[in-house]
Amino acid sequence: MAVTAPATGSAAPPAAAPRGLATVTPEHLRRRYRRDRFMIGLLVLATAAVLVPLLIIVWYVVSNGISAVLTFDFYTQDLGSPARALQGRPTGLGHTILGTIVVDALALLIAVPIGVGAGIMLSEYPDHPLNPVLRILNDTLNGMPAILKGLLAFSLIVKPMGTFSGISGAVALAFVMLPIIARATEGVLRIIPWSIREAGLALGLPRWRVVLNTVLPAARVGVVTGILIAFARAAGEAAPLLFTSFGNNFFSSTPLRYLMGPVDTLPARLYSLAISPYKEWHAMGWGAAVILLVLVIVTFVGTRIVTRARHATDL
Amino acid sequence: MDRALTASERIRLPTRPIYRRLGDRLFQIVVVALGLSIIALALLLAEVLFTDGLEPLRRFGFWGFLTGTTWDPVRGVHGTWPFLVGTLITAIASLALSFFPAIGVAIFSAEYAPRWLAGIVDTIVDLLAAVPSVVVGIWGIFVLVPLMQSHVYLPVYFWAFENAPGLLPVLGPPAGYNLVTAIIVLALMIVPYTTALARDAIRLVPRSQREAARALGATRWEVMRMAVLPYARGAITAGAILSLGRAIGETMAVAMLVGNSNTLPFTFFGPAATMPSVIVNEFREAVEDLHLASLMTVGFYLFLISLTVNLIAAWLQRKLAVGGRSL
Amino acid sequence: MDPVTMPPTVPSNPKPQQAGQGEARATVVAHAAPRMVTEGITVLYGKTVGVHDVSLTFRDKTVTALIGPSGCGKTTFLRALNRMHDLSRGVKVTGKAVLDGQDIYANGVDPVTIRRRIGMVFQKPTPFPTMSIYDNVVAGLKLVGIRDRALLDEVAERSLRQAALWEEVEDRLRAPASGISGGQQQRLSIARALAVEAEVLLMDEPTSSLDPQSTMRIEELIQELKNTVTIVIVTHNMQQAARVSDYTAFFYEGDLVEVSDTNTMFTNPKQRRTNDYITGRFG
Repeated sequence: MAVTAPATGSAAPPAAAPRGLATVTPEHLRRRYRRDRFMIGLLVLATAAVLVPLLIIVWYVVSNGISAVLTFDFYTQDLGSPARALQGRPTGLGHTILGTIVVDALALLIAVPIGVGAGIMLSEYPDHPLNPVLRILNDTLNGMPAILKGLLAFSLIVKPMGTFSGISGAVALAFVMLPIIARATEGVLRIIPWSIREAGLALGLPRWRVVLNTVLPAARVGVVTGILIAFARAAGEAAPLLFTSFGNNFFSSTPLRYLMGPVDTLPARLYSLAISPYKEWHAMGWGAAVILLVLVIVTFVGTRIVTRARHATDL
Repeated sequence: MDRALTASERIRLPTRPIYRRLGDRLFQIVVVALGLSIIALALLLAEVLFTDGLEPLRRFGFWGFLTGTTWDPVRGVHGTWPFLVGTLITAIASLALSFFPAIGVAIFSAEYAPRWLAGIVDTIVDLLAAVPSVVVGIWGIFVLVPLMQSHVYLPVYFWAFENAPGLLPVLGPPAGYNLVTAIIVLALMIVPYTTALARDAIRLVPRSQREAARALGATRWEVMRMAVLPYARGAITAGAILSLGRAIGETMAVAMLVGNSNTLPFTFFGPAATMPSVIVNEFREAVEDLHLASLMTVGFYLFLISLTVNLIAAWLQRKLAVGGRSL
Repeated sequence: MDPVTMPPTVPSNPKPQQAGQGEARATVVAHAAPRMVTEGITVLYGKTVGVHDVSLTFRDKTVTALIGPSGCGKTTFLRALNRMHDLSRGVKVTGKAVLDGQDIYANGVDPVTIRRRIGMVFQKPTPFPTMSIYDNVVAGLKLVGIRDRALLDEVAERSLRQAALWEEVEDRLRAPASGISGGQQQRLSIARALAVEAEVLLMDEPTSSLDPQSTMRIEELIQELKNTVTIVIVTHNMQQAARVSDYTAFFYEGDLVEVSDTNTMFTNPKQRRTNDYITGRFG
């Protein structure tokens, strides 16, 4: 069927006329594609340059620390004096791990309620006059170096108490966690649609019940993720602990002394082991690095699992 | 109550308005109090650093302490200039070193890599951000420093000794623990932040922008250069400034690797110090009141610098942000 | 490939049946030669069929409107016409789209070159917001390495005039493109496509985000532009299709249901589904 037949044929296909500007010369096109490929090459190179160091660090930490971590003493003994390690007597970081658990748990205990509360204020009371102030200062606090938070805890707690203590270390770490938790909580609460709140309010529920029974549960996965991220960040911090929980070479004599007296933590201990002059302590330092790395990675994977679970239920 | 709803009865609705208002009031008071505690904390941080470091400020003056080049606890003379210089050099150099690789990773992951590969890259980058500073520090002490000393610092120094003696004062005698080591490690530590922020910025560029460039006959890279990167540049720049803030405050790895010298001039291969590193290294040993107070003062200045950098980043984010109202 | 051998599915009824009605565009139709011809274009999203076996002819210096309820595949089909689907993962296009005798999906055909010849205007205006108005217009030319200032100036003015935007922005060519109104931005997007001398202009609901007045301007513009380019426009607005197009193709659930010249389509559709849609019974 000669569909085009009725066309008068007067118009020669205009496309035949070369259109000067738009013409892409093959040579120029080749050059552009070459640049395209060159850039891909650069990008791959950059990616490798960034990723490979991490793998190298992980490799060195694991290969140097694995032997220390695989001993029983590492978990059950305390460190003692350098002589212990030099003479080959049993030594370990049991007290450090215990101290870390105490300090980190206490820090979470302090930071979670305050951080989540502040997050609720940011998201649920947007009209409160102090809201913008809180948002700015929270971000400011988040951007502050952790070491300054250590100095603050030193001045607020160590100085009045007259002694380094687990409590002051926990407070310093809580300072690190707080702004992260507050920001994350605000972020997830804001995603919850207002219609959910309105539905609750329309039922005649008071606002606080709506927030606690409806909004917060709906956002719990995000809140937990925020807390985990804050924890991962704080758990690796040594700087704020150096002048708060300080450090200790031994198990504390009473449980109370973990709170009220100087206490060892993994990051701070790792620092002092690494800069010590003893080879035996260096090995334990690598061991501490393995534990820290595992702690961080497990937390990190935890956030991923939690987030993925949420996506799964969303679908 | 005339609007008795079965649904609300089931959740045992407190029907008395007075009770409801009281609960709301109480809840708001608690929540606002928690929020206020963060406000108080931020203000307290500034206040404590200022008052605890007041004595040196009084003695040397605000500018005097800032520009004082001598840090001598024994003679009781304190100035933060060397540490300020060290902080700025390490932070800026590490950002310069890491910026383009970071953007490269961000582009690769956001635009080029197939989804599975992008997932892997993102995960590793995020993990890199989570590696504790002290872990990087111990790796630096036992792996990076010996390696750099024998393969870079010494050979370069000897080469300069033979061929370019004019460079020697700039290079300085190779100490292993030095500015260059600190810069490399800092670059490693901030690269994930720059990457993550740039990646998010690039992913937020609307699809329509990419398609518009494609429809004009742009190659893949030209789409990036023409549409995506300009669109995201505000957020990318703000992210880089935030990373700079991180580099300024980064403490442990630097303190472990920078060599800790309090005297200017710093050289590339010679020991140096930064504001956070001097606090870490001297705070526990400070016995003199003035020494301790001076370290607090250094902290106060560090606070001011961090504040400035963060405010600049926030301002940039707002100023350079594209889209929203205008599109 | 010779357009004459096109399969019979090709629409139209090139005879200007309704020429007697005195419509100006009917004359144009009479002279129109095929510009772009698709043969059995099928688009698959994974295993879902987005567009099924569509063969259509787009004639030179005409406007063809693609209509149909949302999700009918009209936009998907439009995007197949300049290989826009190349960018999307998991989308597969089969069939031929022949532009001036060359199948754009043939081996060795460079999509970048193709997209230069087949311009596209999107639902929302897409100026590059960080560029000035001027830079937006010449963006495509700079890509091919044209650096000659005078030439760029000339093309910029010509394209902006063609897009009926020149008078409005003449005195602020260096101002950011994000600063002009939505309707102006859309005409800027059109100018940008014209600057590279696109031969075919694909428009994907170009007025859906605009106010009535801007819509009218764009529609007038389309009428003027068809003297130089072949236009394919996707629209969900049947009045618009009736106003601006010479041919209309009705899509439904991924299939091309019916195509004919616009008058026939809106006065005397052959298919019941077309009639139902046009009379507003669904869609």
